[in-house]
Amino acid sequence: MRNLLRDERSWVVLVLALAAFIPVLAPMLDSPATVGLATRIAIYAIAASSLNLLLGQGGLVSFGHAAYFGLGGYVVGILYAHYISEEPFLGFIPGSNDLLVTMPLAILVGGIGAAIIGALSLRTAGVQFIMITLAFAQMLFFLFVSLKTYGGDDGLAIRRVAPMLGMNLRDPATLYWLCLGLLAFWLFLMDRIARSRFGRILAGVRQGERRMAAIGVRTYPYKLVAFVIAGMGAAMAGALMVNYARFVSPDMMHWTKSGELMVMVILGGLGTLLGPVLGAAALVGLEYTLAGLTEHWQFILGPILVVIVLFARGGLMGAVRRIAGRRLPHEAQPLPPGELPLGELPSGELPREPARHG
Amino acid sequence: MADPVLSIQHLVKRFGGLTATDDLSLEVLPGELHALIGPNGAGKTTAIGQIMGEITPDAGRILFMGEEITRLSAPARVRRGLSRTFQITQLLEDETAEDNVALAVQARSGHGFRFWGDASRDARLREPARAALDQVGLPKARWAIPVADLSHGERKQLELAVALATGPRMLLLDEPMAGLGASESLRMTEVLRGLKGRIPMLLVEHDMDAVFSLADRISVLVYGHCIASGTPERIRHDPQVRAAYLSEEEAV
Repeated sequence: MRNLLRDERSWVVLVLALAAFIPVLAPMLDSPATVGLATRIAIYAIAASSLNLLLGQGGLVSFGHAAYFGLGGYVVGILYAHYISEEPFLGFIPGSNDLLVTMPLAILVGGIGAAIIGALSLRTAGVQFIMITLAFAQMLFFLFVSLKTYGGDDGLAIRRVAPMLGMNLRDPATLYWLCLGLLAFWLFLMDRIARSRFGRILAGVRQGERRMAAIGVRTYPYKLVAFVIAGMGAAMAGALMVNYARFVSPDMMHWTKSGELMVMVILGGLGTLLGPVLGAAALVGLEYTLAGLTEHWQFILGPILVVIVLFARGGLMGAVRRIAGRRLPHEAQPLPPGELPLGELPSGELPREPARHG
Repeated sequence: MADPVLSIQHLVKRFGGLTATDDLSLEVLPGELHALIGPNGAGKTTAIGQIMGEITPDAGRILFMGEEITRLSAPARVRRGLSRTFQITQLLEDETAEDNVALAVQARSGHGFRFWGDASRDARLREPARAALDQVGLPKARWAIPVADLSHGERKQLELAVALATGPRMLLLDEPMAGLGASESLRMTEVLRGLKGRIPMLLVEHDMDAVFSLADRISVLVYGHCIASGTPERIRHDPQVRAAYLSEEEAV
């Protein structure tokens, strides 16, 4: 049992299983808004988790992740517009309102967008990389602002959502379960990737590019593939968001949205599996709660975030682990009794501090 | 004489007004342990950086196994069989000692575009990694410890294990004894002696006891230029070397 609790994956399963009961419990608690809120959390959790692959695993500070979120959303919105007008997109791609068609296309377009932006951005590093990813995202934002055909600033509304595989996606509970299911699938994927050979290289990129070169790894292709996978995840989340909100606008790819996704990842716990989910829940939940109290809610949200980041090292996941009495993965293990590292300590050389956390 | 494993010809590297490498030529023969010594700032680490492809030389050629590698990237040189250790250890701090070595084994075994299986349970990575850790003498109890919590001496041992795990045909060792205590230094000397003859090595080191007991040949670098090269016996009695470098080292 204790071992089970030590494994982050069992926490994920537990959280997702409990979350599945929300549509059943919400009417009993007489709060019908809860299902919608939970849907948004699940969608943002997918987007935040995809950013976490770059930020948490690879140490790549991409500050334009909302670009792929918005791209995925616009694929759904634009295909719907052409479905209504019955004019094929670019003269040969027929419109659609079927999520089975639009979501795979959204993921594809998100992946292609990330491949192009990533191929150029990943030639830089550090602050340059942050600025160039931000610049690309803002370019896309202004492109869609100026696209009057697709609503420009005002965006596009989606009125008729088609059922998918017999699921009525207009029913809030059904849409929620779909989003939760896709979140579960995405987290499973992220967990496998983190443990795989590819994931080991990505973790190596975060901790030391110089070391990676010295063991013979050219890191660029790995970073690019991670970028594409992350872009696809964000685009999937964007497609879901547009189906949920029945609306898409350039705001989805505004830089503040990229910032929100980053806050979710850092707030929840960088490089953890459950962290981005907790981060999304905390941010969306706080926004909702505070906005109900006062219109100056951002004034309160800011300090709360600062306090959490300052005092909960490792974000919410770090706090959860400390409460559960679990050591962080890179925290010191005690030496077995009677076992000294090299038999003796060289004179004049102090032992390294045993722990960095706690 | 057998063809050299590594041949450096007329290498030049300038940083602004400073000539860090000044017409440096050097050969490492098969099975040879070749030591590169010289005072601080003589350009030893800069030379290693150029051999590894981390620093681009301004002039000169580098041949490895008879092929020119002057313009190859560092990862490409590692795949050809060059491997180095760092004076200031470059390790993955969050990972355990064994994970660090296993990643080097993985890098050697080919591309890493595998997204599914759990790499930490892959015996094809773990067994060679453990063998390398064993070879450098890191105690088993320390294998699962995150690098950030290892002692300086253990990190130096791990550096060597990681370099060995890349399957090198030649090792470049940048001060493997630096900062080690006396007994650790002796241990490292014994590990290198065990490797000697099997893998040719270029050893940069300030520990003269280690250098003179291990090296087949010694080259002396002063201001980026090689002033003498020969057997330990010859170097010990070379008047130019004594004047330039060994004068302070009365023990030698």
